[in-house]
Amino acid sequence: MLTKHRLLPVLLLLMLSGCSIEPWVQPYERARLADPIMSFERDPVANGFRHHVYQTREAARGAEGGGGGGCGCN
Amino acid sequence: MALKVVEEAVVAVTEPGVLIHRIAVLFSPGRHWLLLILASLPGFSLFATVLPEDRADVMYHRYDGGGVEVDGPSILVRKSVMDTVSLSANYYVDSISSASVDVVSTASPYTEERTETSLSMDYLHNKTLMSLALTKSDESDYLSETGSFSISHDMFGDLTTVSLGYSVGNDDISRNGDADFGDQVKRQNYRVSLSQILTKNTILGVGWETITDEGFLNNPYRSYRYRDPLAGDGYSYLPEVYPRTRTSNALALRLKYYLPYRAALSSEYRYFNDTWGIDANNFELAYTHPFREKWIFDIHYRYYTQEGADFYSDLFSRRAPQTYLARDKELSSFQSHTLGLAMSYEIKPGFLQFVDRGTLNLAYDYIHFDYDDFRDLTRGGVVGEEPFYSFSANVIKAYVSIWY
Repeated sequence: MLTKHRLLPVLLLLMLSGCSIEPWVQPYERARLADPIMSFERDPVANGFRHHVYQTREAARGAEGGGGGGCGCN
Repeated sequence: MALKVVEEAVVAVTEPGVLIHRIAVLFSPGRHWLLLILASLPGFSLFATVLPEDRADVMYHRYDGGGVEVDGPSILVRKSVMDTVSLSANYYVDSISSASVDVVSTASPYTEERTETSLSMDYLHNKTLMSLALTKSDESDYLSETGSFSISHDMFGDLTTVSLGYSVGNDDISRNGDADFGDQVKRQNYRVSLSQILTKNTILGVGWETITDEGFLNNPYRSYRYRDPLAGDGYSYLPEVYPRTRTSNALALRLKYYLPYRAALSSEYRYFNDTWGIDANNFELAYTHPFREKWIFDIHYRYYTQEGADFYSDLFSRRAPQTYLARDKELSSFQSHTLGLAMSYEIKPGFLQFVDRGTLNLAYDYIHFDYDDFRDLTRGGVVGEEPFYSFSANVIKAYVSIWY
């Protein structure tokens, strides 16, 4: 009999692996997402400078994405 | 034993009537190893984690606003070694000339230079990308060294990428013209982020970062202002005093949407708070439009607003009325608006045979800052009733990128 305590670790494992999830956007449907205009960080060197300007003038910091964080710029 | 398990699995698949019973047998405690093997089988890989592209960027950057001019070069080179390792190096310079409103009020204009160098290594193993980076920033009165580690992994049919990151940094602070002063800061950053494909046109990004600082956290040259009946102006200055610890949290949400024609809309929202009582929100909207084959145009607007630190005041009622005292305008309440334009033109430099393609890029940002409780003392007025400060900045980035 399949008891709850046996099923739980199995479900956790499958969730972690991702094998059990059927992707709702298939690989062949991702052409638009692969277009460079859809990149969050198209030009890292320009984005790094942009974050630096804001970090210098504003108190907020962190979660900039990509190149942000830990720039040591005060 | 292994043969028996396979036989059971085959029977389970070929005879649906016994499927449930057979699955139950497979899930029995002694056979979790089989599930481990199943669970570790590779999933879909067409959109999987890959190493960053081999590219080089050479940029000239310039910031001009509020009496501060900063410019310099930034050079980034990235190259993969075999199919699993990518190395990168960045050299960045800020040449600063400052006569900002607070400098003019309390000190003399100055010039200085900051140089930042960083090296990083990315290692790809199946669907997992591990990155290690070392950064050193050097100026005459501030030396900073930072080490970062991050790991990102694709899962759920590569619809989801989860990243974890940690950085630790040590700063040595001195004060030009004061050989007796020296102090340190230790910084630690903890990052979690998630990138999620929502539909065939939409990507969602979520990021969280907690940063802790310990040490000397104020600018050693800045002062607070207090009412002083004995002074000719009616006020005097003393060095700022900040807490020696600060912890901040930031949560960012990003959405990128591919329009029905070839163009993209993106938006970003970030919430920030810290243990100094600062709350900040920013919102951004951007539109990216390719034109013909070679051009890409971007336009973006960003709004930022913050509530100042608990211990900030433009004018304290008297000398040292509280433990912590700040009059740094970056800790005050203010709003800023940014309007930016950027363009990119693709080139194929035929004379460089190893280059696949390149781009010429120019970007301009106009930023306007409006302060709610930082007063402009250069414009005079009754003490404590001077006009509020505001200023605009022009930011230019001109860069060449090549892919090879």
